[in-house]
Amino acid sequence: MSGIVFEGVSHDFGAERVVEDVSLDLRERRVGIVGANGSGKSTLARMINGLVAPTAGRVLVDGLDVSREARAVRRRVGFVFTNADNQIVMPTVREDVAFTLRRHRLDRADAATRVDAALARFGLTELADRPAHRLSGGQKQLLALASVLVAEPGIVVADEPTTLLDARNARRIARYFADLDQQLVVVSHQLELLEDFDRVIVMEHGRVVADDVPGVALEAYRTLIS
Amino acid sequence: MIGVFHPGTSVVHRAPALLKLALLAAFVTATALVVSLPWLGAASVVVALLFLVARVPARAALRQIVPILWLLAFAMPVQVLFGGWEAAGVMALRLVIAVALAAVYTLTTPVSATLDAMQTLLRPLRRWIDADRVGLALALAIRCVPLLADLVREVMEARKARGSEGSLLSLAVPVIVRSLRTAEHLGEALTARGFDD
Repeated sequence: MSGIVFEGVSHDFGAERVVEDVSLDLRERRVGIVGANGSGKSTLARMINGLVAPTAGRVLVDGLDVSREARAVRRRVGFVFTNADNQIVMPTVREDVAFTLRRHRLDRADAATRVDAALARFGLTELADRPAHRLSGGQKQLLALASVLVAEPGIVVADEPTTLLDARNARRIARYFADLDQQLVVVSHQLELLEDFDRVIVMEHGRVVADDVPGVALEAYRTLIS
Repeated sequence: MIGVFHPGTSVVHRAPALLKLALLAAFVTATALVVSLPWLGAASVVVALLFLVARVPARAALRQIVPILWLLAFAMPVQVLFGGWEAAGVMALRLVIAVALAAVYTLTTPVSATLDAMQTLLRPLRRWIDADRVGLALALAIRCVPLLADLVREVMEARKARGSEGSLLSLAVPVIVRSLRTAEHLGEALTARGFDD
């Protein structure tokens, strides 16, 4: 069974409850999560690959319990962070993409082919030998995406992937997201990014307050914040 | 070591990192043992030739070597005073040769090649040392230098904007707090990429 299932999930940060009894069954190809700062949406996203463990309830990815089989789950779930700077590990562009494959123990030629393909797909071929820290913000996020997708995960989760980008780069990243074959879960404040998604979930104070097609859910969110 | 790698296709670039490291060690040791100025002079010619073969732009090469000249500007007079001209010359040449050779290495070798070489070297010790982990730690250390430099620059700017320059505390506290947060985020990213053991 494929998909992401939350079963009565809660999470506390110390005494503060940030996610409160959330039950969801995410099977749509593209799911958006919106909510104010501190609404628990990032925590929810982080629970999908076990970066945050639920205090109560459980999260299943493709039928695997995330708390028990975190490693198997992470192999299926690629995670894109808000700040690509924190995601880039290796000094140059190509090395960072190749780094993801280190744990896959592919032979050298195979790995190189996949790295080259990922670089080409995100328009990074020319920048392959550049130091990663000298890239622009948009290029860094493209690199982060390439490094995640080179592993060919079945699910991609992105936590505000366009928040730090200018409008043009945000659109560019959005286009790449639109082209993905993977199941996609995107947390975002940029509502236009989610307009053509299949389903949008609105979080408020740790609870799901709306869960519908984008037209309805985003309208509910706009009313909520106005 | 950061961002100084200069891509190329010369023999020096293509030589395996391990071989280059071994030659680097041997050459530097040899120059440390040689005491005659003519021999050291010949060695500097060899090093200069290496730069030419690798086709490293002069500016990139100089940027690596100039800092050591500053050090020599202070050390030379002292050495002349205590050991005479010849001893001072030998010391200076040795240092410049060693630094220049190391520069040839870093300019022509991508960091990942160095990491692979390190892991090969550590393989005989694998019962005691996890080479992958050492390699990852090294890569992260290298990666964190520009990250930290950016962080310090941002904090200095913020300090300037608020007019609280000069206070060491107002620099140290935010830099330390933000470094720790960055470390946490990097850890999260590593976990997400499957490097969580």
